Amino acid sequence: MRRDYDVAVVGGGLVGAALAWGLARDGQRVVVLDEGDMASRASRANFALVWVQSKGLGMAQYMGWTVRSSDAWRQLAQDLRAQTGLDVCFERPGGFHLALGEAELAARAQRLKRLHNQPGAADTSVEVLDRAAVERMLPGIGPEVAGGSFCPLDGHVNSLRTLHAFHKGLHLLGADYRPGHTVHDVVPAQAGFRLMTSRGEVGAEKIVLAAGNANMRLAPLVGLKSPMQPNRGQILVTERAAPFLHYPLVTIRQTDEGTIMIGDSREETTDETMLDLSIAAVEADRARRMFPALGKLNVVRTWSGIRVMTQDGFPIYDQSERYPGAFVVGCHSGVTLAANHALVLAPMIARGRLNADLVGAFSARRFDVAKVA
Amino acid sequence: MLRRLLEEGQRVRLTIDGKPVTACVGDSVAAAMLSCGLRYCRTTPISGEKRAPYCMMGVCFECLVTIDGINNRQGCLIEVREGMRIDTQLGRRTVE
Repeated sequence: MRRDYDVAVVGGGLVGAALAWGLARDGQRVVVLDEGDMASRASRANFALVWVQSKGLGMAQYMGWTVRSSDAWRQLAQDLRAQTGLDVCFERPGGFHLALGEAELAARAQRLKRLHNQPGAADTSVEVLDRAAVERMLPGIGPEVAGGSFCPLDGHVNSLRTLHAFHKGLHLLGADYRPGHTVHDVVPAQAGFRLMTSRGEVGAEKIVLAAGNANMRLAPLVGLKSPMQPNRGQILVTERAAPFLHYPLVTIRQTDEGTIMIGDSREETTDETMLDLSIAAVEADRARRMFPALGKLNVVRTWSGIRVMTQDGFPIYDQSERYPGAFVVGCHSGVTLAANHALVLAPMIARGRLNADLVGAFSARRFDVAKVA
Repeated sequence: MLRRLLEEGQRVRLTIDGKPVTACVGDSVAAAMLSCGLRYCRTTPISGEKRAPYCMMGVCFECLVTIDGINNRQGCLIEVREGMRIDTQLGRRTVE
């Protein structure tokens, strides 16, 4: 068989591109097999937060992993800029989750308490603030805002430019990017794998499945599993405005170029071609109650996207026992975790072994436990 | 330079960037600005480039202006009124 590459990455979105970039920087000969422009792609439909607070209820290791990536993001942004000249506009001023009314604030405080009471919980320095404390940092909040939580490790980035920077970086590193190469089948061979794509066959010694929700279909081909449960989110985008919101919120942020994004619903459907205006109306209404001045802005776009989501919401990082050159990497937070994927996970894959101390908790074997019990 | 085909009709008085001008009843704000010889009506929010009305039918959003203090109005879709205050839209609108 042909072994044209050290590693084939299946999927050229933020997760695949970050891994491929990290692998190529590590000296691996990399090919990225991607779908085309019409692919359902969370990397082009996301909220672009680098977000820590509230993640990890049910898996404390996810908190620490997220904090680590948030801490590494500045380095990633610097590395991408040095290599490609592109500024991905990473900022970490800290972020808010605002509560409309006392009941929401109490529920928020309770949830954060449960999160941080877990054994092995990471320190995120998150604080619950009353209305007066919030108002000092966010002037312009509406009368219904009872308070909120603030985490100094939260931030945001220009995620479209990040995707572009990874791809430009991949090109500069000499990696092969092949769009329009949907992978239909993976066949383990003597030393490596043969990948059957819509445009022919590719051989590689190792493979990384980073195909988002399609990992569910691909993983079993190489003795892995990746149970997914995608859902839909809708976003409203306003016209560009002069800077007025200096901290990202979990549901509202102002981008580096001035638009205000308002989100983010969570819907059972996975049809991204339709919008549900009754849901968009709730999003807009909540945003306006948080910041009354937003009510004067024109909404210029509204769109929906499908979240990549594992069945329990936590990342899946795994290596096949039967075919040790096969890896699966899937998660919801491809933006937040991009720094970890590029700087921590990719070097492990380059060396052919996942470090169980760092990422063992994210093995898909956790889904077997429930079945046995 | 653009020139009116018909110079008849009732006139209204308005200001563009503080300068008093007249327009015809029924003119759109964009048409009034062009007929006054203005070369641009806004600067873009990212690069600050100058832009002028283009499609004149509400789809291209190049004709954004500030009208009576409200930013980012589509000049081609709004008729002039007596006493209207029109200003060049400079970059991004403000949120107050």
